[in-house]
This record gives sequence, structure tokens and C-alpha cells, in this order.
Amino acid sequence: MTFPYTKEVLEHFRNPQNVGKMEDPDGKGLEGSPACGDMVAVYLKVNPDTLVIEDISFESYGCASNIATASMITEMAKGKTLEEAKKITWKEAANALGGLPPVKAHCSVLAVEGLRSAIRDYEEKHGMVVEDEATTVEVVSKRLKHVMNPMAGLDIIRTELVLKVVVEEGNVRIVLDIPSTHQFAAAIKEDIVDKLESLWDVESVTVDFIS
Amino acid sequence: MFNETIYLDNAASTRLDEAVLEAMKPYFFDAYAVATSEFGYSMGIDAKEGLERSRKVIASRLGAQAGEIVFTSGSTESSNMAIKGVLSALKGKKDDHLIVSRLEDFPVLNTAKKLDKQGYKVDFINVDGEGILDLDMFSDAITSQTALVSIQQANQEVGTLQDLKAISDICQDKDVLLHTDATHSFTRIPLDVSKLPVDLVTLSAHTIHGPRGIGALYIREGTPIDKWMDGGFQESDRRAGVENIPAAVGFAKAVELVTPEENERLAAMRDRVIERAMADIPHVTLNGSATSRLPQNANMTFHYVEGESITLHLDMLGFAVSTGSACFSRSLEASHVILGIGGDHERAHGSLRFSFGRFNTIEDSDAIIDALKDVVTNLRAISPLAEDN
Repeated sequence: MTFPYTKEVLEHFRNPQNVGKMEDPDGKGLEGSPACGDMVAVYLKVNPDTLVIEDISFESYGCASNIATASMITEMAKGKTLEEAKKITWKEAANALGGLPPVKAHCSVLAVEGLRSAIRDYEEKHGMVVEDEATTVEVVSKRLKHVMNPMAGLDIIRTELVLKVVVEEGNVRIVLDIPSTHQFAAAIKEDIVDKLESLWDVESVTVDFIS
Repeated sequence: MFNETIYLDNAASTRLDEAVLEAMKPYFFDAYAVATSEFGYSMGIDAKEGLERSRKVIASRLGAQAGEIVFTSGSTESSNMAIKGVLSALKGKKDDHLIVSRLEDFPVLNTAKKLDKQGYKVDFINVDGEGILDLDMFSDAITSQTALVSIQQANQEVGTLQDLKAISDICQDKDVLLHTDATHSFTRIPLDVSKLPVDLVTLSAHTIHGPRGIGALYIREGTPIDKWMDGGFQESDRRAGVENIPAAVGFAKAVELVTPEENERLAAMRDRVIERAMADIPHVTLNGSATSRLPQNANMTFHYVEGESITLHLDMLGFAVSTGSACFSRSLEASHVILGIGGDHERAHGSLRFSFGRFNTIEDSDAIIDALKDVVTNLRAISPLAEDN
């Protein structure tokens, strides 16, 4: 039999490690969107004194690369401090898996992003984020690159769905190039609010539509 | 050399029937000459006879005259030839207006998209949630400037059959030429061009246990069409290139081997796989029509899980099926068919196509659902979307 993946990928795909939803996680990250493809959730239990990741798990709605990378990266992060875990790259995970097909990079990058966003979630919840950088249009736009456009399967910035970003005294306003009656309007709005409201100096997030 | 697989991807291609190979052999080893004119040497005349006998078999299955069948390298070429050949022949006589459905397979769809870019006027007609053409929108789209309509007889992915009678009546009424891609329906679903006013039909051998690399285009006598490949004078000067006689003979044999009984057998496998999936696995949606579909095709979405993950697990368990998930395709694009019938990426993401063939049995339908039940349960156990499983 000839399979399109290395034996390490197949092993992690067949027997993924650290799977399942975690009750009361200390940190949680969700990347991707069901409407457009792969999605991965990462949960953390962190020792508050040592900041070591004591337990980690993931859920995946994704392809083989996505599942295998999430399995590998949670293995790599377990027992590491948050600072160490943050530095784990997609390349390291891919190497540990004996390589991944280049076209599948985006599916597996999602797992790395899930880990990083779970760590960020922990840091934000525990007041560890050095809150000196004010939220700007650039900061908002960067976060919006993690919001998917279900029509295209790519993010809403790349697909030019975002017409306008306004940041004024803690109030963020986004204008999207779809009508409010669009089938995906509510889902995209929810995703945007979710990505922005945790920013330290943001008080309100408004999403408007062209009609 | 290879492990045994329960192969349920017959829409992609099929295992060759031994009887087809036997029929082809003499044209590789005995009458291997090119087809010569009636005044050529005897081996060439024998080869020519094999070719023409094959043409007759295929023509008669379609209710056509032998002279209306042109052999090609397959359905991709046939559809390219039909569309580009007719538009080229009508250039200057009618406006460059082409109408196709949104669910067409790539040979028609991408030909239409290319022509659209080149300045032709192309309309893509919508379908309903089952994949059935919107006849009102279709009828309204036809103008006095429409040169050609191309609507498939059956869909490659969700198996939906179009009402070719209604479509061809509209075309005849409005005096527009009609091409249909019958790659997946030929011999499986009746099509009689002596009764239906269809002008061009794309046919293929490899979907019915014939060889790859051979197809045909039915061209109703008198249809304006320019020569496709330039070169020699083969195929009554309509398509140049040395004829692939062994393959043409194999194609004809493959056509003869399909019986109504076989189609009933395939339909039973199809019905069983749908019934069992619906009964044994929660959160399953049938894609396509429940009543108007190819006997050999089933297509379902298994929600909250991704198709490539399912197919890889099934592959390791010895089953071959395909999915409309973006992760599975070479282009990494979700199936335009699932999106076309109103589905979103999520619906395409977890869709599986089961396509049956002569060498499948009804036990295969049971075996794949037994395997699939566990695969889907296990993948849902790690899916963030499947809360209630």
C-alpha cells in the first residue's frame, strides 16, 4: 500500500495523542472556521507558579495533516513553559513528523496557531500581557487575518471582505462588504467579535454591513 | 503487487473487464495496421472493419447512425471538440453565446470559463438543492444569439439526472443546438437520439469497464462543427490522428457488456449504502436527488468530520472512495457541485461519493458502512463541532 504521508504522520493520524475537550481549561484557542474548512481547538492546564503546561489537549475538524500536526505539537508542548511552547514552530513540528506535503502546510499551520492562541488566551486572562501597545487599525487588521471568509476558504482580509476598520478610543468598528442578510453574515460577525473583544483596551466591537 | 481493495470509486475510473481485453488483443497483435482505405492491404482492411464494427455498436446503443460517431481520446476531448468546434463553425452567423449548467464536469465547465475569458458570452444556469436545472432560468437565458447549450445528462459527483426531454424540447423550440455530457450515464440511463433532439453527446469508455484513452462524440448529421485536431483525414476528416483501434474495439465490447440487469444490481448496492448510512450513522445528509439519480452513485455528507480524514482511514482499512472536500482535491478547492446545490464548505468538507461498478457486490455496501460507522464515530470524538455525539 502506498499512502500520501510519512509513517510518523500516519501513526499520529491513526492514534492521535492528547485528544478531547478539556473541562475548565486555563487557556483555550480556536483557529479556523467550520464554514470554510479545517478547524482546531487547543486546551491548556497551566501551573500558575512555574507556568509549565501540565496538561494539553486538542480537538480537530480537519484533514490528516491537521490532526497529525495537532497531535505532534501538543506532545511537544506538554511539560514546557509557556515561553518555551510559544517558540515551537510549524517547521519543527513538520520535521518531527518526517515532513508534510507542501500543499498541506496551511492545514497544519492551523494547529500551531491554535497552540499559540491558547497560550495568548491564558496570558490575557491572567494579566500577563504587557499592555503597553495600544490597539490600532494595524493590530485589528492583523487579528482579522484569523477570521475566515466561508465563501472562499481564505481570511476576510485577503479576500477583501473588510471595507473599513475604525479604531476610536477603545471602540472598534468594522464594515464588511456583504449585506446583513447574507447567509454567513452572523457567523462572520461572531468570529470578528470573538477575535477582538479580548484586546486589553477595546471596550466595544461593532460590525456593520453594506446594507 | 497491490493489496486487495474494495473499490467504490468507479465514477473516477473502472477496472477493465477481461472480456474487453480479450476483444482488444487481436488488434494489438494480429490486425495491428492502421485502418486503410478499402483499396489498402488486407491487414489494414481488417483493422478498418474492427473500427467500423465498433462504431456501429456504439451508434446503435444511442439510436444514432454509425457515421454520426467520432472516436476521440476520451470525454475531455469530446466535450472540448463539441463546444469549441460548434462555436467556431457558427462564428459570425450567431453571436458567441453559450449556456451551461453550474454542475458541469471540468471538461465543459473549464472550457466554458476559458471561452468566457476570451470574450464569448457564457451563462451558467443554476440548479436546485437536488441538482436539477432551473428550467425557467434556462429557458429565459436562451436568446436569438445563443449558439450552443451544454447540459449534462447526469452529474459526476451527486448523480443527479437532468430532464433531458424537457431541456431538448426547449432547445428545439428555440432552435438552439444542444450538447450533453453523458460520460456517467451512457448505457446506465437510456438516451435515444432518434427520439430526443440532442445534437451532440459526449461518451467515454473507462466509466463502463472499458479502456482509458478512448471516448466518442456523437454529432447529429448536419450539425455545424469545425474540425478539431488538424492533421490527417481520419474519422471522416473530422478528427485527425491515427485511430486507436484496439481501444475503440474495447469501447464497443464494454458497451455490449452493460445490461439492464447489471444496472438494477448497481441500483440495489446504491440503495443499500444510502439506507444503511442513514440508519446506522447520525447526522448524515444525502447529496443529490433521492429519486432522479444514476444507479451507480451515492453521495452523502457526514457532518462534523472532514472527508480526507475519512478517506485516509478507509484506505487503511481497504476501501477506496472519494470526497468533495477541498483537502482531497488537487486544486484544494471544495467541490463546485456541492456548493452549486446550495451547500457550504462544511457540506463539501464531509461529503463522500460511493460509485459502484460491475465488480462490486451488495456485501461491499454493508462492509463500507460497517467500517465507516467506526471511522466517523472516532473522528467525531475529536471534532470540536460534534458536541452531542
